[in-house]
Amino acid sequence: MIHLEFVDRSMSTQTSPVVCMHCEDPACARVCPADAIKQDEDGIVHSSLKPRCIGCSNCVLACPFGVPHYVAQIDQMMKCDMCFDRTSIGKKPMCATVCPSQALYYGRAEDIGRMRVEEPTRQFQFGNQAIRTKVRLMSAPATEQLDFDILSFMPESEEQIPDITELAIWGN
Amino acid sequence: MATPTLDETTLIGRYGPHLQYEPPGGWKEQPDATLVKTHCCFCGVQCGIQLKVHDNKVVGFEPWEEFPVNRGMLCPKGVKRYLQNEHPDRLLSPMVRTHHGFREATWDEALDRTVTAIRKIQSRYGRDAFAMLGGASMTNEKAYLIGKFARIALRTANLDYNGRLCMVSAGAANKMAFGVDRAANPWSDIPMSKAIIIAGANIGECFPILTDYVWRARDNGAKIIVIDPRMTPIARTADLFLPVRPGRDSALANGILHVMLKRGWIDNTFIESHTHGFEEMEKLVERYTPQRTEAITGVPASSIIRAAEIWGPAETSMLLHARGVEHHSKGVENVLSYINLVLATGRIGKPGSGYGTITGQGNGQGGREHGQRCNQLPGARDIENPEHRHFIADFWRIAESELPRSGLSSCEIFDAIEAGKIRGLLTISFNPLVSIPDANRTRAALEKLEFFGCIDFFLSETGRHADVVLAGSLQEEDEGTVTTGEGRCVRLQQSVTPPGNARVDWKILTDLAERLGCKDYFPYAIANDIFRELAASSKGGSADYSGMTYEKIEKNMGVFWPCPSYNHPGTPRLFEHGRFHHPDGKARFHAYDYRPPAEDVDQEYPLIFTTGRVVSQYLSGTQTRRIGPLVDQYPEPLCELHPLLAARLGVADGDMVRVQTRRGFIEVPAQIVRTIRPDTVFVPYHWPGRKSANLLTNRALDPISKIPEYKVCACRVERVAW
Repeated sequence: MIHLEFVDRSMSTQTSPVVCMHCEDPACARVCPADAIKQDEDGIVHSSLKPRCIGCSNCVLACPFGVPHYVAQIDQMMKCDMCFDRTSIGKKPMCATVCPSQALYYGRAEDIGRMRVEEPTRQFQFGNQAIRTKVRLMSAPATEQLDFDILSFMPESEEQIPDITELAIWGN
Repeated sequence: MATPTLDETTLIGRYGPHLQYEPPGGWKEQPDATLVKTHCCFCGVQCGIQLKVHDNKVVGFEPWEEFPVNRGMLCPKGVKRYLQNEHPDRLLSPMVRTHHGFREATWDEALDRTVTAIRKIQSRYGRDAFAMLGGASMTNEKAYLIGKFARIALRTANLDYNGRLCMVSAGAANKMAFGVDRAANPWSDIPMSKAIIIAGANIGECFPILTDYVWRARDNGAKIIVIDPRMTPIARTADLFLPVRPGRDSALANGILHVMLKRGWIDNTFIESHTHGFEEMEKLVERYTPQRTEAITGVPASSIIRAAEIWGPAETSMLLHARGVEHHSKGVENVLSYINLVLATGRIGKPGSGYGTITGQGNGQGGREHGQRCNQLPGARDIENPEHRHFIADFWRIAESELPRSGLSSCEIFDAIEAGKIRGLLTISFNPLVSIPDANRTRAALEKLEFFGCIDFFLSETGRHADVVLAGSLQEEDEGTVTTGEGRCVRLQQSVTPPGNARVDWKILTDLAERLGCKDYFPYAIANDIFRELAASSKGGSADYSGMTYEKIEKNMGVFWPCPSYNHPGTPRLFEHGRFHHPDGKARFHAYDYRPPAEDVDQEYPLIFTTGRVVSQYLSGTQTRRIGPLVDQYPEPLCELHPLLAARLGVADGDMVRVQTRRGFIEVPAQIVRTIRPDTVFVPYHWPGRKSANLLTNRALDPISKIPEYKVCACRVERVAW
């Protein structure tokens, strides 16, 4: 259970994969009226238990990262459990195994700290609520500017753009 | 006349594309399923993958983390590829066309009809009036066999393959510059590079796992330069992005080199001892000042200078390009102009330094080496070279005079059908109706054929025109080898047997050869028999596989050619110590003055039209348009246009737009994005019929490589009135 969306395709090809962050104090589990979401001793926040989940979607509303998904066909919430079936037998989660850019990485924080220029973060502030997670987010080191419009990369004096689009109107 | 006898809706109802969402038997765990270590069938990276097999059916996959190239990584196509097996559209039996569609036939009937038609057409119009077209997604074994089948059984000169639509410009340029057609470096050199130029290669969508290689280089301090008319995913975080106007690559490369020469960022010792042609090139690029280059290419002079500043003095560097620079009527010139940037610095043949074209098709590299091309014999030999002809004729035990000479290339074959010179056609894993430019002409040509035979696993849009359909094999239903974009020959295992009455492709060809009276030339019991012959035939050729065996390939997880003897470990990196493959050991600079595309914009058609891929689809979509989750990811072609252009045209996001060229028009929804040049529109090409980008593209060919100009032609765009 991972969501992948364009942040805003009209602006950029930037996509944002959303996996469960496995909060130390998971809001989804705290708000569940049926106690259907369990956190294990390794800190993994599991998907809802079928016999308990009542499909109320409290967790969907409560999660600050927008992770849990209510699946109507089975009237149950489903979310990333860090591929418990795989990680419990020593494999990596599927998303991090197949991720072609390794934007999703599964391993020790020290290892990735050595390999990447980005810095890992696990502390998030949502308004007054501070959240610490098991999953870390890598954020880019100081970047002066990120341009999204292709026009920023084209010659300032490129007269041909308006000319050509004017022509496009004549052409019709 | 090869014309469908049913309407499109009925054909789609019977033969698809239908969307498959679940494996056979649904999602329940199959505890006794076995895992087969093989490779993905989509793209030239050929990621290792384990197919999960139960009861002779592919039911899922597991990543194969030990395979060193992708280490478990896959793109969406790889993750969902298992859904192509056990597909409801799978052809299970040969078919012949009737007045009401197709009826199933026995193999005897289908093969006899095919052979009768071949004989009739060849006796009436000559041997070359029957043509054959192969595919570059198939194994090396099949590529070799198709070449031999066409030359010995069909005895036609007119054999070509759909790699002609893919990477032949790079292939021809590689041979001209280096004397050999292969990527110079293994991909493991990419993370060691300190400067990387990615030109016309949408790595994030077309070769997704190579993103990891580029980003590892970046983590090691590399500067990344991306050259593309669109800000593709890899361009988004590049250090320098050059938004080149489509069709202007050779000018841009000349402009960057101009600055390097002025600043002295060249390796004179290397140029002196290992190259020819520098002076002529130097004289040419003298004229490509940054200002003049900006005017031609639409890239700011300051960015051109910056590119030279990054590339010129770098310690190590890698040039990677793909179809964006190759799909042009001057594709070879574009590639050679970029190669000049590599040769001028002498940074090639070393760890972290070199050059590579990234092949697009499953066996884009191997498919172009073993004689499946109109101008080539096994071992990447030249069909017009007397010595090469004698070697292969002797090897095949035929007279050299019997061996056909160079024939027509893929697009030229369709031109010749149109002109009535070619009357019969046999295709295998090729869907030209979707993939060749100017689709209206392609359709008209198919309809002129007196006989059209088609070997395929699904009924493609082209296959609907066939007189006889021969049910062949999917990649996982046969075994063999493919050669990846880095020149590594890897092993495909047979995961399941072909379903129903379908046969493995190579068996269909040997069955046809037997009926054509050539049984003795095709004495193969298993695929390995073909591989052993292929390897032996390549001995002494440029692409030398003679030291490879299936066992050796499996044990080493791939072997790089040249591998001329059993004890030879293979050659991951070419050109070490500046030794190139021309007879004198030297590389060649080439000086090409920029010339405009075959069809440039004008008042009537003022915008540039360009095409390419999306991450969830592969080539003409025969396979990927049948895989439900991949179709859901990007269901139909969209026309990308910049908001500035959209505003001028009065188009809002999602509006239907008509894109019109001199050859046809399509109507597709607009996707308004700030990631494309305002003078250019883009539509991906994977779809057939009235949404086919190749209704618009221009069939102008590169004079050397004969690649068509997919990447630039003139169009106009208007909002479709409600």
